[in-house]
Amino acid sequence: MSSSTRHPPVEDWATDFDHRDPAWVENPFPIWDELRGRCPVAHSKRFEDGAYFASRYAEVREIAYDAEHFSSRRVIVREKKVPTQPAPPITSDPPEHTPARKLLLPAFAPQAIALLEPRARALCRELLDAIGSARTCDAAADYAQHIPVRLIAHMLGVPEDDGDLFRRWIHLVLEVGNSDETVILPALQEMSAYFIAEIRKRGQQREKGMRGDDLISFLLDAKMEGQPLSDPHLLGTLRLLLIAGIDTTWSGIGASLWHLATHPEDRRRLVAEPALMPTAIEEFLRAYAPVTMAREVVKETSVGGCPFKEKGQVLLSFPAANRDPAVFADADKVHIDRAENRHAAFGLGRHRCIGSNLARLEMTVAIEEWLARFPEFRLVDGARVTWSEGTVRGPRRLPVALK
Amino acid sequence: MAPTKVLRVRVESDRCQGHNRCCSIAPELFEADELGNAHARGDGMVPPALEAKAKLAVANCPEHAVRLTHE
Repeated sequence: MSSSTRHPPVEDWATDFDHRDPAWVENPFPIWDELRGRCPVAHSKRFEDGAYFASRYAEVREIAYDAEHFSSRRVIVREKKVPTQPAPPITSDPPEHTPARKLLLPAFAPQAIALLEPRARALCRELLDAIGSARTCDAAADYAQHIPVRLIAHMLGVPEDDGDLFRRWIHLVLEVGNSDETVILPALQEMSAYFIAEIRKRGQQREKGMRGDDLISFLLDAKMEGQPLSDPHLLGTLRLLLIAGIDTTWSGIGASLWHLATHPEDRRRLVAEPALMPTAIEEFLRAYAPVTMAREVVKETSVGGCPFKEKGQVLLSFPAANRDPAVFADADKVHIDRAENRHAAFGLGRHRCIGSNLARLEMTVAIEEWLARFPEFRLVDGARVTWSEGTVRGPRRLPVALK
Repeated sequence: MAPTKVLRVRVESDRCQGHNRCCSIAPELFEADELGNAHARGDGMVPPALEAKAKLAVANCPEHAVRLTHE
């Protein structure tokens, strides 16, 4: 079934928005521009208990900072609500949030992530070697998608070849599940079973005196307020680490390559001036921020002069905030040398993406290695680029011609 | 005679969420702790050669946690 048959076409974005609509999936930016001008908080009855969408930076920031009225217990807007599935700390509110986050932070701090650079660079080169001297390839499917899968597998200490399994679970939870909630629970159960088997393996290795330095072992040893993590907490966090780190960064790398394939002046400049890489990566993160989060209204309030009713779902669009002309000059243009860029691609407030240092490393290394191998590339003539549906946006098919 | 102006950077720890933008832009002035949260190196004094970087660190902090003061 195509999206257009699953969801009736949107007549008015302010009162009936649908982020699964083909027009939104293909190119959401004009829709957000329109909403910012005439209705900064849109509403839609297509989602259980109604959904809200804020398109301006100010309201997005206010909601992100306000845990009293906006709970993180639902982080994905769905047509039908499913029973909440705790995945601490992303689904945690204060006061439980702080210790659940703190125990993970050291594993994702800049100094810890920097140690992964050699592995990241080597795996990018392996993927480029596999593309070899082909005249065309799919930069999303053949390159971008494999990088975060392999690096997170490396960090978790599980086989990199299990990547197909991970991608299927993510597709079910983050894309199919937005409209068909029946697929979500079985996928989460499969993930839990996978991690239970990995935990058992580590138990057996420990009996033989072997201790890994992978993330699963790290979490098995982690203490929260002096106690080991409960099984549901441990499994929830492991599912989170797997889900959150893969198609998000895949999307970031893919969108950056899409930009460079379609903007030859930026591509040539970045090749000629590699010192621009840090500002270019931040600008790609701003302009093509992949991740939209969600909240649930737990106490009636108003933001931006608009009422938010209890139980309503909130689409918390950091990507739309990043395109707000009130905060960013030339918000709709990509400037790879933009020096002042207070973007919110990794969120704002206590739920700042814990993997942001990892995502930046992967994006930087992926683009550097690609440009070193293929300084000249463009979209294949007449080929169709497809973008993911749901709350993580990035190209899923990106056919490019290589020189 | 006007007193010599001293520039200092400071990170408000209750606002910092560990985005790490200041440390990336001006590693001479900021460093991260083991949780990834930032603080100013040493006494936070900004030599004239690093004034532009200090201003960029302020302008890029998503949480408005970096402060630049003139003493």
